[in-house]
Amino acid sequence: MRHHLILRVITKLLVGAMMLFAFYVQFHGDYSPGGGFQAGVIMAVAFIIYGIVFDLDHVQRVLPPWIAHKMLAIGVLLYSGTGIVSFFQGLNFLDYTAFSPHHPVHGQHYGIFAVELGVGITVTGVMVSIYYAFAGRTSEIRDEDW
Amino acid sequence: METFINIILFTLLVVTAIAVTRTHGLFGVAMLSGVFSLLSALLLVTLDAVDVAFTEAAVGAGISTVLMLSALSLTSRHEKESSRSNVVPLLVVMCTGILLFYGTLDMPNFGEEGSPAQNHVSKAYIERSPSEIGVPNIVTAILASYRGYDTMGETAVVFTAGVGVLLLLSGLQRRRRKEYKKSGKL
Repeated sequence: MRHHLILRVITKLLVGAMMLFAFYVQFHGDYSPGGGFQAGVIMAVAFIIYGIVFDLDHVQRVLPPWIAHKMLAIGVLLYSGTGIVSFFQGLNFLDYTAFSPHHPVHGQHYGIFAVELGVGITVTGVMVSIYYAFAGRTSEIRDEDW
Repeated sequence: METFINIILFTLLVVTAIAVTRTHGLFGVAMLSGVFSLLSALLLVTLDAVDVAFTEAAVGAGISTVLMLSALSLTSRHEKESSRSNVVPLLVVMCTGILLFYGTLDMPNFGEEGSPAQNHVSKAYIERSPSEIGVPNIVTAILASYRGYDTMGETAVVFTAGVGVLLLLSGLQRRRRKEYKKSGKL
């Protein structure tokens, strides 16, 4: 896509806004629609768009495949780790009261924050890794083919 | 007004579905399936299920279209002509449709007072979540706190799907690269 000037300029402008929107959806999920799943997908789309319009190598310089692969596991570990923390306070699995025993409502906020972050990291990792797995096999498509 | 919007959206859905079956260029089909997802997202908005609509728009219209396109670039851009007749598939689809319609006859009407969806836990969630969780978006409160265990399972499912795709696709790539090296072309 070397000579698609408009696409390249628009993508450069939009990728930042997309990532910002992903963070908004991620951390504002308590107050508005959205949460980890949606935010993870939007974040992944920002990377994928960049990879499609520029080059797979370019995007892999920003987010190398080994980091994307680690993100799969880190998210799930963060989620289940949040659950295990409450064991140390003698509470049930995933009982967020553990984060702030005197203010259970605050504890819920921290717990939901951590859990949603875990979901977001896993979803971003999975989507980007799937894209890398597909795009890594592609023989360069010629622009005339589109 | 809502009926009017619903009629328009459903008509557009049917038109898109017919267009998908009539189009032979796979690029167009991928785009139309994205349109289909966006229309279903709009339908979910009219049902006040904003979170679900958001997911449908992000996943159905956004990322699956993109993944479909990147898969498409591995194959040809045109559908192969099918030589078999369309009668049997049409019959199967019609029968399934009729059975599904028959199934909806047993379901309570949308928003009916006495339906199970309105009477069991949902009432407790609405009453208790402001004081217990303190999160204005009840959907988030249910997903991340009351049903946190379920969401953990979902995250694990996403993780497993990712690992599965990685095992299937990148293993092949590595083997190919090894063969490439062995053949001494590097």
